[in-house]
Amino acid sequence: MSALLQAKTTRKMKEKLIEFFFFLCALSSVAVTFSIVYTLVSEAFPFFKVVSIKEFLTSTEWTPLFENPRYGIWPLLSGTLMTTVIALSIAIPFGLITSVFLSEYASSRVREIFKPLLELLAAVPTVVYGYFAMLFVTPLLQSVLPELGAFNALSAGLVMGLMIVPYVSSLSEDAMRAVPQSLREGSLALGASKFQTSFKVVLPSAFSGIASSYVLAISRAIGETMVVAIAAGLQPQFTFNPLNSTATLTAYIVQVSLGDLPHGSIGYQTIYVAGLTLFIFTFALNIVGQLIRRSLQKRVK
Amino acid sequence: MDQVKKIKVQDFVFYVTGMIVLIFSFSVLMALIIDMFSTGWPRINQSFFFSFPSRFAEKAGIFSAWVGSIAVVVVTALMAIPLGVATGVYLEEYAKKNWVSQIIELNILNLAGIPSIIYGIMALSMFVYQFKLGQSILTAGMTLGLLILPIIIVTTREAIRTIPSHIREASYAVGATKWQTIRYHILPYSSGGIMTGVVIALSRAIGETAPLVTVGALTFIAFLPTSPILEHSPYISLQWLLDPYTVMPIQMFNWISRPQEEFHVNAAAAGMVLLSMTLTLNLGAILIRYYFRKKYKW
Repeated sequence: MSALLQAKTTRKMKEKLIEFFFFLCALSSVAVTFSIVYTLVSEAFPFFKVVSIKEFLTSTEWTPLFENPRYGIWPLLSGTLMTTVIALSIAIPFGLITSVFLSEYASSRVREIFKPLLELLAAVPTVVYGYFAMLFVTPLLQSVLPELGAFNALSAGLVMGLMIVPYVSSLSEDAMRAVPQSLREGSLALGASKFQTSFKVVLPSAFSGIASSYVLAISRAIGETMVVAIAAGLQPQFTFNPLNSTATLTAYIVQVSLGDLPHGSIGYQTIYVAGLTLFIFTFALNIVGQLIRRSLQKRVK
Repeated sequence: MDQVKKIKVQDFVFYVTGMIVLIFSFSVLMALIIDMFSTGWPRINQSFFFSFPSRFAEKAGIFSAWVGSIAVVVVTALMAIPLGVATGVYLEEYAKKNWVSQIIELNILNLAGIPSIIYGIMALSMFVYQFKLGQSILTAGMTLGLLILPIIIVTTREAIRTIPSHIREASYAVGATKWQTIRYHILPYSSGGIMTGVVIALSRAIGETAPLVTVGALTFIAFLPTSPILEHSPYISLQWLLDPYTVMPIQMFNWISRPQEEFHVNAAAAGMVLLSMTLTLNLGAILIRYYFRKKYKW
């Protein structure tokens, strides 16, 4: 009897141990976030001892690697903003049309063909997109716009936009397919066309899912690195002219990493300052995206 | 009557627009592939695969790059797969609905949205300087491992969620413990979905460039890492983990950033090889999904 009891307790112990092990694994993902925040803050902090926050936020020159360094974040922000806006001007309409088409119009056969193909667009490495933007899209655009520079925000943004389309369309499509069929049938029964049903019934009901896909697209465009580093150039300047070369927050980090800056120097710290700025933007966008999606889940219930 | 006609035209116009947008997207993808293949094709030969990088474009090859990619991906897989699958299992099978599991869940969603370059600068400070692992295969593999962790966790959870609860109940009913249920039922039945996710995640790791640039992978590597197999006892060496390396996307980036035209040809050829690697892996993932969808029907 006692042997049986003992077997039972060891079994229970073993189960508890296994559960604890799994718990530790899950907890380690939280540790990753903590180490990201910790390194960004602790490496960026000494920078602000040397450079005032006022200089950082008001100067329009970013030249940390020059002899007379200036540390204004605006040139990097303007570059990031410009490429992001160009990318979104492609990704949002394309993503919207694609998702409405796939979820409301396409027959299941057409959908079966196009969905995996869309996934392939997301499977192309970003460095390959960078190559394409610099050596294919830029020369192509130059034949129309002769004043376009060899490095420019325009072609980097356009290629990046196309790259993001699958993310937007798959999330939006999921949201639209979650709309109950009865809503569509009700609308069609009242005599609305497919177009009216899609845009006046399905789209509004799936609004929060679609909106959160846009927010994620913005965050992805801000954080995208290789396409801009290769095709948009590495020159931080405060401009909103997409025909010029520019540098984004991410491209600046790449540029510094290509050189050989000693650990702890102010140049080294600037990549953490750029990284921290980038992190704050994407983190805020992720939170907004999740809040929007959450409001959807509540409403659907 | 006019109204009906107008509506029909509207529907038709949207259908055509949708088709045009999709076909345009794929023609861009095709243009990318054709342009790269036609530029790079002349460089594809045996010596390109088995030569080291060189100052002379026509002599340069991708030997150290593809070997490095494989070595790095092995480390990435060894780190991310166990950790990711275990986390997924915990969240689906063990976690109670409380604030701890809610924080873990939110955190994973958030991790998935952090740009890859941030992982890179975190690894530069953490792995390279704090843990003093240097610019090694181990650093690169661990960085990419952390990067793809959220993908593996999310796909593991999705795969486990498709298993109906009566499978678990049947297992408990015949006296199995929770661990036995997971070990003999949950994991085998979800293995298709998990494998699909793992393959897609690894294909992403192979193509990832930015985080490796920041941990300092962009150096001239004209040698291979130490062989993991020794001819004498103990026969296995882990020295390769600490060796410097280069990987395919980094090698390609290096060639793109040179001004000379001939190096762009090399970049195109390296891009061809890289794209073939990631597309093959993605195709593999689609096949795995298809095979397992047929195997298990609830």
